[in-house]
Amino acid sequence: MSRVDVQNLTKRFPTVTALQSISFSFAHGEFFVLLGPTGAGKTTTLRLIAGLERQDEGSILLDGEPIDARTPAERDVAFVFQQYSLYPTMTVYDNLAFPLRSPLRKIPESVITTTVNEAAEKLRITHLLNRKTAQLSGGEMQRVAIGRAIVRAPRLFLMDEPLSNLDAKLRESLRVELKHLQKTQGSTTLFVTHDQIEALTMADRIAVLNEGRIVMQGTPEDIYDRPDTTFVAQLVGTPKINLLPANRRDGSVLVRGSAISVPAPRLALPESFLLGVRPEDIRPDPAGGFKGTVMLTEPLGVETILHLRSGELTLLSLVPGMARERVGEEIRFSIVHEKLHFFGPDNRRIAEQGH
Amino acid sequence: MATIQLSRVEKKFDDMHAVKPLDLTISDGEFVVLLGPSGCGKTTTLRMISGLETVTGGQILLNGEEVTWKHPSQRDMAFVFQFYALYSHLSVRQNIAFPLQAQGQKRETVDRRVKEVVDILRIGHLMSARPGKLSGGDQQRVALARALVRHPAAFLMDEPLGALDAEMRESMRAEIKNLHIAQHATTVYVTHDQVEAMALGDRIVVMSKAEVQQVGAPIEVYYDPANLFVARFIGSPGMNLVASRIAGGAAEMPGANRYPLPAGWAKPLAVALGGRPDAVLGFRPEAARVSPNGALAGEVYATDMHGGYTVLHVNISDSEIVHIRSDRQTSYPMGTRVRFDIDPDAVRFFDPKSELAVRREAKI
Repeated sequence: MSRVDVQNLTKRFPTVTALQSISFSFAHGEFFVLLGPTGAGKTTTLRLIAGLERQDEGSILLDGEPIDARTPAERDVAFVFQQYSLYPTMTVYDNLAFPLRSPLRKIPESVITTTVNEAAEKLRITHLLNRKTAQLSGGEMQRVAIGRAIVRAPRLFLMDEPLSNLDAKLRESLRVELKHLQKTQGSTTLFVTHDQIEALTMADRIAVLNEGRIVMQGTPEDIYDRPDTTFVAQLVGTPKINLLPANRRDGSVLVRGSAISVPAPRLALPESFLLGVRPEDIRPDPAGGFKGTVMLTEPLGVETILHLRSGELTLLSLVPGMARERVGEEIRFSIVHEKLHFFGPDNRRIAEQGH
Repeated sequence: MATIQLSRVEKKFDDMHAVKPLDLTISDGEFVVLLGPSGCGKTTTLRMISGLETVTGGQILLNGEEVTWKHPSQRDMAFVFQFYALYSHLSVRQNIAFPLQAQGQKRETVDRRVKEVVDILRIGHLMSARPGKLSGGDQQRVALARALVRHPAAFLMDEPLGALDAEMRESMRAEIKNLHIAQHATTVYVTHDQVEAMALGDRIVVMSKAEVQQVGAPIEVYYDPANLFVARFIGSPGMNLVASRIAGGAAEMPGANRYPLPAGWAKPLAVALGGRPDAVLGFRPEAARVSPNGALAGEVYATDMHGGYTVLHVNISDSEIVHIRSDRQTSYPMGTRVRFDIDPDAVRFFDPKSELAVRREAKI
């Protein structure tokens, strides 16, 4: 079993405070993702947990026991980096066997062979075992790097943007494989990324980090459907959520600079606030209540992004398939009322009553 | 105004082709994207059009006039690079004015034209800054302004969004497209990103291994890829491509799955495959739908939530995973047996030997 509790970690560097009292926990078998922009403190967190760096305040617990005083080797965690850091002159087999051949472990060679072969099969690299790693493609190298982490059967996997050096197609397929592997192995994983798609698609739970603080924690559904702040709302989803300045009047929400209005929700709305609408919730609709001019279309194949001018606003709408709408055309559209987001002047979500 | 014609243009290094003989006509005002993985020859092609690279064969015509051996400066094309190539010791204003001053334009002309492009790109507030102080997006706006100010016959862009972060890339992509709609200048644009190519191009030239794989509008390369490479490369995830056997009016797929051939396929498949039974069946992830009575079946390998939708990865056999795009309501734990159907109009077939698409008989 491995459960991780990170408690009030603070890390200061000479000119900057990288982490300000962050806390989070994840359970055995969980795939936990730290998501945030560059400089948010993600990698620092990972390095503190690995023991590569020492925190100034706070504590890290592995299965309830503080590990702050332990060396990296004593923590029994495996680190997978963005750069593969394999031994280029060794074969794939020897790279995989390397962590097991540590003199401290005294593992018989027959056991090493079995373990390496099993890992290779899981990662579909059996055919590469006799190759030198220098001869491999980026995707193959990263599989080997992951394999080297797996053979040790560590208590915890720490992964620092392991897919970000790969091209789009490889990233996609390795993402699916990594997730499948993690679930079938039941391994506890902390995965760091700046890529919101990686976070949404792979995580059991996500902690969003910004400027050294955790701004939200939750399942991918929580993060996407009920973002706590405008920062989180804008961080996930492509194209980005529409954030529209709005006012309350009688039973309606009026969007400033446009003729758009929606029924007011049962929320304690201030006088002026931001209305958030995801692009897929703005739909061209001949019977829709609003009008807009198509300024731009971006056909992506599976869907099309429409840039709609409505009053003084430009709205992004995401429609399925290759849209028929043409630039310059005036169309009618509707807004899905059930999926609206409301943010106060402090950029925080205005919570549903009773929450 | 520019029509660019490439006729049998090629580039060889020793015996290796960087670009195999290529024919392409780019019409005046057209936005053409050269798309492919790294090393496919797309950048070399762009550089040959600009004159930064010499050809080893073929001809390049600009408005009907041969420019194959003309110096880059005599081709009247403006180049925009991935790394902005701005002068760091000059202000933004001086950077933009530079090409006009180099041409010896009068001061009033320089001022007027600089103001023009600065208004278009909305960078008036940056004029006295040094490029090094700007964000990546703003630096690329300045680079675009410097290209635009010359009123060149054509724009050549080499991965201009490649160095920007995801968010900035998306908004700059829309700006470039807006700019093109407003200016209508002939543009040749190189990228390895299929999303960018789809979003921007009037036409896409898909390249791989020094060779053109397909030239077509986004809708064509997406729905009717010419071969397996294009089918895989376009889309995210790409087209599902399943090794099948054609027998008894159906495609037999791994995992004892049988998909009855939709109308219009039997004859062209027989002709294209010449009696061989093997064919690759292709369908886009959004063309499949999970349904309790679906003709096909498999086991859920993984489920991805993408925000607005879910992708199910379904194992139809030990060696074959297909990707199905569905709404958020459709989510299943790993290992669940699911049945699904494919929209018969969205099914495609390929010859595994030649890797080429087989074309369906036209509907009568």
